[in-house]
Amino acid sequence: MLSIRNIVKQYAGHRALDDVSLEVESGKIFGLLGPNGAGKTSLIRIINQITAPDSGEILFNGVKLNQSHIERIGYLPEERGLYKKMEIGEQMIYLARLKGLTRDDATQKLKFWFKKLDMESWWKKKIEELSKGMQQKAQFVATVLHEPDLIILDEPFSGFDPVNAELIKDEILELNRKGATILFSTHRMESVEELCDSIALIHKSHKILDGRVKHIRNSYKNETYLVEYTGDQLAFDGSQPFEVISETAGEDNSNTIKIKLSDNSANDVLQYLLPKTRINMLQEVIPSMNEIFIEKVNLIN
Amino acid sequence: MNKILLIIQREYVTRVRKKAFLVMMFAVPLLVAGMFKLIAYVAKDSDQISKPQTVKVIDESHQFEGKLKNAKNIQFVPTNEPLEQAKAGLKDNEDLSVLLISKDYAHKPVQFFSKKKPSFTLTGEVENQMNQIASTNTMLANHIDTALINKAQKNKVSVSAMEVTDAGTKDADVGASMGVGVACAILIYMSLFIYGAQVMRGVIEEKTSRIIEVIISSVKPFQLMLGKIIGVGLVGLTQFGAWIILSVLATKIGGQHASGGMAQFLVTLQNLPFGYILFCFLFYFITGYLLYSALFAAVGSAVDSETETQQFMFPITMPLLFTYLLSVTVLFRAPDSPLAVWLSMIPFTAPVAMMIRIPFGGVGPWELAISMTLMVVGFLFTTYVAARIYRVGVLMYGKKASFKELAKWFFYKE
Repeated sequence: MLSIRNIVKQYAGHRALDDVSLEVESGKIFGLLGPNGAGKTSLIRIINQITAPDSGEILFNGVKLNQSHIERIGYLPEERGLYKKMEIGEQMIYLARLKGLTRDDATQKLKFWFKKLDMESWWKKKIEELSKGMQQKAQFVATVLHEPDLIILDEPFSGFDPVNAELIKDEILELNRKGATILFSTHRMESVEELCDSIALIHKSHKILDGRVKHIRNSYKNETYLVEYTGDQLAFDGSQPFEVISETAGEDNSNTIKIKLSDNSANDVLQYLLPKTRINMLQEVIPSMNEIFIEKVNLIN
Repeated sequence: MNKILLIIQREYVTRVRKKAFLVMMFAVPLLVAGMFKLIAYVAKDSDQISKPQTVKVIDESHQFEGKLKNAKNIQFVPTNEPLEQAKAGLKDNEDLSVLLISKDYAHKPVQFFSKKKPSFTLTGEVENQMNQIASTNTMLANHIDTALINKAQKNKVSVSAMEVTDAGTKDADVGASMGVGVACAILIYMSLFIYGAQVMRGVIEEKTSRIIEVIISSVKPFQLMLGKIIGVGLVGLTQFGAWIILSVLATKIGGQHASGGMAQFLVTLQNLPFGYILFCFLFYFITGYLLYSALFAAVGSAVDSETETQQFMFPITMPLLFTYLLSVTVLFRAPDSPLAVWLSMIPFTAPVAMMIRIPFGGVGPWELAISMTLMVVGFLFTTYVAARIYRVGVLMYGKKASFKELAKWFFYKE
């Protein structure tokens, strides 16, 4: 869907993006992760053609990004905002028409969404009469009303209460199932980890990592396992086929050890432990995105 | 292009629907009508004697007996009643007054009694006649031939201002030209400010409510700026259109009651080339508005709240304010002075300066053509500069902008 190639964006005094390249696959959910100030919003603004890069190019379905693509993108900025004194219905239709919908088309779609999200009674209300959460909901509708192929959401869940956040999450997943490509941007990595098919990590204007979430996490596995057993605490004398990293005692006479393997497999571990104790669980430790990020940043520094 | 139309439509409709717009639309013509009524009323009250007035004359000096002549609506009645008795009759009759001429009238003031303050016409008439009679008396006492003096006094020269135009000569009523010129200058000055500030406020609103990012992910910043400027401008034109129509109606109604000097004023007003003045007014309003509102939009984009606009507003509005103050104090008395001509050429000052000059008719076609061309060049230039600042400014938050900063924004690449 999106091919981002060697994007450089220079602001007075600092470089917001330095040679960033990404591939966003069609129909997938892509996470743009990184701490605040890493350059995520700069990149998103370039994709939305709000600003232009100093060098590099972006291809939208293989075509160089141009004005005609604007109507196929839905954008929810991090800083939410609507006209405070304008009625919601009118405002949504206006925004949809700016994205190329006809008035009738926009009205029809808006009715559908308002019904779906229980907002029917808001039509004649002004934005300033709504609560913050309601405003966010309205803004989400404005983002997806014109049925964009690519939906860009900058910090989508900030500002929502848990119930609405869940609601919006479900809507996003449904849109994705119907074929829309989603591009998330967030600094709270754990919040989108389970949603994303692929991610890219941005740190200090550079892309430091990207790929499928599964692949990344698998590639960051380092033969570490958790084993939980019930029984007396085992004593390791060094003859065991693994290295013990930590030991913790749990409830009901259970113990958990974190171990690291070198040449052998988990089977060897089980073989060694089975005669000695009762094993409840053996689990491979897969690092979280947050841990990977920290490890990666430390590596660079 | 279609999107600009959408923006224009929104900007226009949301403003026209406001109550303040309707209130302004009717309040101003009502004020105009009220003003005409007031002028007509005052003029009638002071200059005209509507009912016959009787003046009882108590002449203790006996110098004026039989010499006061009845004038239109004024009748002089000599009486020998004592003053107190004569004054007693005044309380019941507004149209009666008493003139007391003491023996030593040359040194002691002549007194005029009436129930209400007498009109200037009445006292003026009395004063006039008495002065003439007194001087005739003095001349007679000194054996001067009054017939000769009368003849000498007939050599009265009156200067009547005639303007030579292509159509022949016509009365040049400087007063009406001045009035129209100053009124146009004030109107254009105020409207440039009012509608320019509306554009600025609109930009600030979009910026502070943060909707700006949603909008410019759909349209170019320049489209948004232009749409806003045109939309607000159309609101201004609508307002003017309504005012002109309603004011003409109001004047027509108010004018029916006007008489004397007022009626004459209205007649001279009608002799001015209204079509030409209106065309120039609209031209200078539109181009001046485009020129200034672009700058106002740039200022709006550079700040986070209206209170921060001060530092930028001052230099922008200086030329306009300066011309305006000069216009209403000096220029309207010297509409073709070099200063006025120069100011009417510079695009930043021309809208006001030119509107002062145009009703006097002294602006040549070439002058007008140059000034108008410069206006168009001027607004294209400010729009270009403003658009470059605007596109960067609207996305800048929490940064206190200085002129240096604005200059930097101007040179930013896309």
